[in-house]
Amino acid sequence: MTAPVLRLETGGAPGPAPAGARLEVAGLRKRFGRLEVLQGVDLTLAPGRVTALVGPNGAGKSTLVKSVLGLVRPDEGVIRLDGVPLGEDPAPRGAIGYMPQLPRFPENLTGAEVLDLLRGLRGAGVAMDEALLDRFRLRDHLGKPVRALSGGTRQKLNAAIAFLFQPRLLILDEPTAGLDPAASAVLKDRIRELQGQGRTILLSSHVMSELEDLAQDLVVLIEGRVRHHGPVRELVQRTGLHGLERAVAALLEGTRP
Amino acid sequence: MNAARKVLAWEVRNLVRSRWVIGYGLLFGVLTDALFRFGGEGDRVVVSLLNLVLLAVPLVSAVFGTLYLYTAREFVELLLAQPVGRKPLFAGLYAGLVLPLAGAFLLGTGIPFLAHLGPAALVRGAAPLLLLTGVLLTLVFGAVAFVVATHFEDRAKGLGAALVAWLAAAILYDGLVLLATVLLARWPLERPLLALMALNPVDLGRVLVLLQVDAAALLGYTGAVFRRTLGAPWGTAAAATALLLWVAGPLALGWRGFRRKDF
Repeated sequence: MTAPVLRLETGGAPGPAPAGARLEVAGLRKRFGRLEVLQGVDLTLAPGRVTALVGPNGAGKSTLVKSVLGLVRPDEGVIRLDGVPLGEDPAPRGAIGYMPQLPRFPENLTGAEVLDLLRGLRGAGVAMDEALLDRFRLRDHLGKPVRALSGGTRQKLNAAIAFLFQPRLLILDEPTAGLDPAASAVLKDRIRELQGQGRTILLSSHVMSELEDLAQDLVVLIEGRVRHHGPVRELVQRTGLHGLERAVAALLEGTRP
Repeated sequence: MNAARKVLAWEVRNLVRSRWVIGYGLLFGVLTDALFRFGGEGDRVVVSLLNLVLLAVPLVSAVFGTLYLYTAREFVELLLAQPVGRKPLFAGLYAGLVLPLAGAFLLGTGIPFLAHLGPAALVRGAAPLLLLTGVLLTLVFGAVAFVVATHFEDRAKGLGAALVAWLAAAILYDGLVLLATVLLARWPLERPLLALMALNPVDLGRVLVLLQVDAAALLGYTGAVFRRTLGAPWGTAAAATALLLWVAGPLALGWRGFRRKDF
């Protein structure tokens, strides 16, 4: 017997797609104990572009992303979204959609209850984009407790949540990890669609082929500093190597400028 | 505080379906019912249950609460990434943790009293104070769980700290006070002992209940001093007030930790 297909109580019609937001990070520093994880990060993400964030483990990628999301408080520097500083006021975070690498939802809630909670926190009348719920065929699973969902289905739910509230800035951390090839293709298509609509997308991944496929810009973070920020093609041309993977590896190993 | 209510409702819905919380309520239900069936009367059942309440409620609230908060960390991060302030989120998370635990205890313990003695048992005598003590200890040690979970990044260290907090309050404290009393026997210690007792919520809970029943031998050393100095009515009021203050202290520390925490 299949579970009933659920419809969310939509707060508001999807409406026209919102424009992307310009993210500016200036002089960002963060120290954990003696370790300075971010050492003065400056970067700007432009609307309508997918920016890949890469770097070795411990380079500060997660701290940078968490600073933008308000999960980590920087020691110095400022983060602005369309010129508005992201600080104590949580309201500007309504423009951000976030897909964490590890989705851990409350085990005893159903998928629909998780979505309802997040919709409730966004306020009544929030415009919703349910495209991924349909394309992932998630509605059949929304009535089941999270503990009964497979890892892949949880990851689909995770992705659907990030896209649900029509974010102007979308932050995706290893988005295709745990997804089957079909779901991965659906997600990549959706990322391209949003980019086409002018949204701003930050993509963190260790899969270089995926970044090469999706991203126009690249930020390479090494030991808390931005070592490269520019078009993906520029780095490949600069290193003279074949493909992004070799180019980034050369940069990380310090064998290319 | 609309967001706090939404978070509270989510967490309550999640936890009342948890087999651990259901089992916790059932444990108190089965034991309380068994004490009645094996010939216990009202106050005798209260006294028999008291040590279980003083040991199990702080242990479960601190340890279950700590583990729950570590498990929920990624979801809390997702909630913090929404346009929600830390204050309503903390309020919702705290209330959502302690209310199901306190509810399971209240239902598990209260229903057998109701079934065997009728509604009067829940408003007169020592049983309501036992229930109050259990609820207040849940609030105190639920807040301790927040202090621990926001202070220690490492789950194992957090679990260890929660166990140490429980062990110190439920077992070691009275022994250390007794030892200090023996070593300082030549000094007038009654007033310092009263102050020392207010420093331990488990002791306060014990006194709060035992002042209502004729079981002076179970009061412990600090409890006996408490009764002799303050008498039953004032002692009850003082112990209840001190226990309420004990909720505020760890809660304020937990909020401080949550507000400042880098997730």
